[in-house]
Amino acid sequence: MASNTSDLRSPLARARGLGSAKDGTEHWWGQRLSAMALVPLTIWFVFGVIRHLGADYTAFHAWMKSPFSAVMMILTAVVTFHHAHAGLQVVIEDYVHVEWQKLALLIAVKFLSFALAAACVLAVAKIFIGA
Amino acid sequence: MANGSGRPLSPHLQVYKLPLTAILSITHRITGVGLAVGTLLLTWWLVAAAVSPEAFARAQGFIGSGFGLLLMFGWSAALYYHLCNGIRHLVWDAGKSFELSDADRNNRIVLGAAAALTVLTWIVGLAVW
Repeated sequence: MASNTSDLRSPLARARGLGSAKDGTEHWWGQRLSAMALVPLTIWFVFGVIRHLGADYTAFHAWMKSPFSAVMMILTAVVTFHHAHAGLQVVIEDYVHVEWQKLALLIAVKFLSFALAAACVLAVAKIFIGA
Repeated sequence: MANGSGRPLSPHLQVYKLPLTAILSITHRITGVGLAVGTLLLTWWLVAAAVSPEAFARAQGFIGSGFGLLLMFGWSAALYYHLCNGIRHLVWDAGKSFELSDADRNNRIVLGAAAALTVLTWIVGLAVW
């Protein structure tokens, strides 16, 4: 690597792998990683929804009492909100150019994503525990 | 050229006919935003199931209503499109399929797969419902 004369970074900077922004590609990578996770989770979710179309309260609870189903539903919700938040953030950053509006939207979307994710997790946990 | 420089101008979006690849690209974002709105229904559904039989029956009743089914159809189509085109994005991220011929072929694969999965899901869904 020492022969790469076009790279002006120090060996330490190169080893850290972070650019001048200091947070590297975490956002990009997180979006891709959640996308990969959502492929099997989405397929599970669609099958699950089809099998519980028009299901009543008892049937739905029986489904969420299974540890596997409860874990999959929590993962689906959490990863979906992570991915949705990452995507909405990029859309807002690309199209909203008035600084205070951009900041307000980014904060609102982040708060809402966390709140809805927490509500989904608590709902599944409550049904699973049977409280 | 209109700017007198002899250099190519970037397309003016209001008069420029977008190629299919470009339409599918912006559709990925539009479906993504639509699916994000759909998480509100997901949250309502799960929370209602945790609250009471009456609350869950209301949520299931809304989903099974004419308007609810219309929304579900839109979301299922958007979900499958975003899923198929998302896999295409992951292939791009791996540094593959950048040729124009790849793009033309993958346009058709993404549209075909999304349409087929949507139709198949609704056939199975309506059969078991």
